[in-house]
Amino acid sequence: MTTMKIDVHHVTRVEGHGDIVVDVEKGEIKECRFEVVEAPRFFEAFVRGRPYHELSHITSRICGICAVGHSTASLRATENALEVEPSEQTVLLRKLLFHGEIIDSHVLHTYYLVAPDFLGVGSVVPLVETHRPVVERALKVKKLSGDLCAMIAGRHTHPIAMAVGGFTHLPTEKELRDMKARLEDARADMDETIALFATLPWPDFERETEYVSLKKDDEYTFIDGEIVTTDGFTYPIQDYRKVTNEECVPYSTAKWTHHNRESYMVGALARFNNNFDQLHPRAKEAAAKLGMEPICYNTFLNSGAQAVEMVHCIEDSIEIIDELLTRGIQPEKPQDVELKACEGVGACDVPRGILFHNYVYDENGICTEANCIIPTNQNMANLNADMKALLPQIMDKPQDEVRLMLEMLVRAYDPCISCSAHFLTVKFV
Amino acid sequence: MSETTNGKPKVAFFDFACCEGCQLTVVDSLQTHLDLLDAVEIVQFREAMTEKGEDYQIAFIEGSCTRKSDEERLFKIREQAAIVVALGACAHLGGVNALKNLHPLNDVRKWVYGDKADWYETYKARPIGEVIDVDAVIPGCPIDREEFVRVVKAVLMGKSLPIPDYPVCVECKLKENVCLLLEGKPCLGPVARAGCDAICPTYGDGCEGCRGLIPNPNENAMNDVLAEAKLTVEEIMSRFTMFNAYQMQEREREAQVAEERK
Repeated sequence: MTTMKIDVHHVTRVEGHGDIVVDVEKGEIKECRFEVVEAPRFFEAFVRGRPYHELSHITSRICGICAVGHSTASLRATENALEVEPSEQTVLLRKLLFHGEIIDSHVLHTYYLVAPDFLGVGSVVPLVETHRPVVERALKVKKLSGDLCAMIAGRHTHPIAMAVGGFTHLPTEKELRDMKARLEDARADMDETIALFATLPWPDFERETEYVSLKKDDEYTFIDGEIVTTDGFTYPIQDYRKVTNEECVPYSTAKWTHHNRESYMVGALARFNNNFDQLHPRAKEAAAKLGMEPICYNTFLNSGAQAVEMVHCIEDSIEIIDELLTRGIQPEKPQDVELKACEGVGACDVPRGILFHNYVYDENGICTEANCIIPTNQNMANLNADMKALLPQIMDKPQDEVRLMLEMLVRAYDPCISCSAHFLTVKFV
Repeated sequence: MSETTNGKPKVAFFDFACCEGCQLTVVDSLQTHLDLLDAVEIVQFREAMTEKGEDYQIAFIEGSCTRKSDEERLFKIREQAAIVVALGACAHLGGVNALKNLHPLNDVRKWVYGDKADWYETYKARPIGEVIDVDAVIPGCPIDREEFVRVVKAVLMGKSLPIPDYPVCVECKLKENVCLLLEGKPCLGPVARAGCDAICPTYGDGCEGCRGLIPNPNENAMNDVLAEAKLTVEEIMSRFTMFNAYQMQEREREAQVAEERK
């Protein structure tokens, strides 16, 4: 193996979207890193000049998988800025919609993207032949979650009916009852999911790090709350910059972040570690079956935490629908807005972790400044630290095995650089 | 069309600057159309599979071209594929990526990356059709999954599927929706291309024109209607530029050139 110096910033941009670079020479690690080479899109720059009611519709287009998450964080930022208080019905419907997205994204990741690694295939397609019931279960739950989102917002990618101060369309009580029946039916699919995941040989790899997520005392929160970390820090969401400390790195179009240590992790595992007590009892049972308890330092089990969250979201969705049906759907319109010069922060814990939107508006409701910090960026430093810790443990194995393990590590983060996985080229330079 | 050993045409998916929501919609369309997998062989689909084949005949491209270095990738795809399909608004129109074009490029880079702006390559966001020839278009942000299935079937039969050139209002009226313009909500329904089954007005939000404008739209009448709904000039313009900023700028440029010629 020779030593090579490469201007990675240029080489990889031709390659695609995210690359792993490894260079081991006579047992010494020269290079080991993950690169983000996705084309930058400049949302924060071009939302300036746009009216407040467009912001959630534009920023939804940052991501096709977590479009509801971006829309919600965007609406909460605008509502906090304009001091709009959404109704209880709006809050309930947003939570229900958000659960739909969490389930949709997690089933995509765990079944379509992670499971093929354990079943020794390159994608979900061959599993149609060899593991038909598994694929059918995944398709069924995926369709359920997509239909749940569509019932409330018109579609999952990109939601239509979400507006500042409420919804422009409401589900009927019949739709809610039908959806509840399907969610109850999905409990059996969740049991099967947990049973399947309990049999998978999760790699044995631990590295202590800091986990960051939102927290509320009375619920396993995905929307609003305080920022907490497993190192014992708590911040109001307006102080998000104290946590994220963004910086540019030369081989990445995604900015990196760090807080108390050289890196921190966000996502399902971070929520699980910070908010285990608030999980639904059935989700706690699921965690026990997977052998998981907080604080879990095995990055690969981020996928396990996602399975636990699916169970939680199915159960909580059923409870939210019950509450909506008890209250009866009120024919509300989005709340009126009084424009003024203002600034606001919105925070959501989207499928891949904590997300911040921060806007400044002028007195006409035109956006003059914007800042969005997405979960995948926050995970970049931690992913690279994990890779550096994992590589020495596995580098005596055959090269193909090392490549697969590193790919699996990256996939465990469910990176949303271009939203998902199986996009990796591993370069042994 | 050249065929593979198993008789199925080989299909590949590519993405440039985009959110990948259209490819996700493709994945979702398989929920109800698993038989599509019997009709084609997918040889490249980074979002969903590891395998990577380069001998495809049909290429679906999502996203806009936003860097000079993207052009080479596009040329290669065009060289290989017998049929190139632009998938979704970013590939078809430039979409929201082209909102960037309304600002000076250096300003945009500095705003996001500060004094490190020079590290990041970018140029004016443009539709794929401005860089290479495109054989078919599936419009929308995101694409409509049923339309995707229809287009794939048409392409496989060697036909091209015309996309509607009538306005969204036609579909909205058929759904018996209350007109949002009467409620003072901005809506591009009268001038925007149909084919979405008027999904946004149906869910209470005015059309944003994500499928582009119809040929020869009566924009003056549209402006009058929007003004009657008490919308400001800024609100009207921002509706027109949300997905069609590239086209609006091009038209302005052409008008300027015509004016100078006079």
